[in-house]
Amino acid sequence: MSSVAAAIMGFAGGMVGGLLGVGGGVLFVPALVIFMDETQVRAEATSLLAIVPVALVAVWRQLGYGNVRVRDGLVIGALSPIGVGIGVVTSNSIPQRALELTFAALALVIAAQLVIRALRPRPDAQEESA
Amino acid sequence: MASRTLKLAAIGTAGGAFSGLLGVGGGSVIVPLLIVWLGYGAREATGTSLMAIVVIAAVAVTLQAFYGNVDPPNAALVGIPAIGGALAGTALQQRIPERTISLLFAGLLVVVAGKLILS
Repeated sequence: MSSVAAAIMGFAGGMVGGLLGVGGGVLFVPALVIFMDETQVRAEATSLLAIVPVALVAVWRQLGYGNVRVRDGLVIGALSPIGVGIGVVTSNSIPQRALELTFAALALVIAAQLVIRALRPRPDAQEESA
Repeated sequence: MASRTLKLAAIGTAGGAFSGLLGVGGGSVIVPLLIVWLGYGAREATGTSLMAIVVIAAVAVTLQAFYGNVDPPNAALVGIPAIGGALAGTALQQRIPERTISLLFAGLLVVVAGKLILS
């Protein structure tokens, strides 16, 4: 029964991923921890494997809709391992709790900016805000 | 043009750092930065983010596999239904206004922030 629940959460994670352009790990990881008794580390690693085909299928569809800037996506993807390295080193030198709270605050600031933009009269140009 | 490439590089690094620090997916950083910083439309931001995620997840899962942390049967258990979900999600996305996508994304960020605060 718990594998059915995990599969349902998997479907929901894929839906969130396709809709919002994220991998779906936000739901895959808890599904694996809660329903399949994976440890946090194994759940995160296993979630990554699930994300690869999900993101591939979503990108294939989005390419068809003309919503992918391939070069930009590849530049971002190629450089992110540098960031991962910086992140891992930093996380071992700064208290985890301070990091969590800092990023939570950052996420809320970005959320507020998205809401402000969404509610503003439509700026059509490729403007760059400071 | 050069400053644009620098911004893309910064977004990639930030997305990676976020994942390396907290295990949060890079997409939750990449999408809003593309919108707020580079003026992407919400749909383009999500499509381009997914392109980056393919690369990021493929590299990361290869590394994790060396540590023996990956469980393929469980990945299939959530991943195969998720492919159906992704098809539904991308199709649905084409039918809703861009500002609705942005607002939904803001909701996702609030959930992420909540998880970090409560963890």
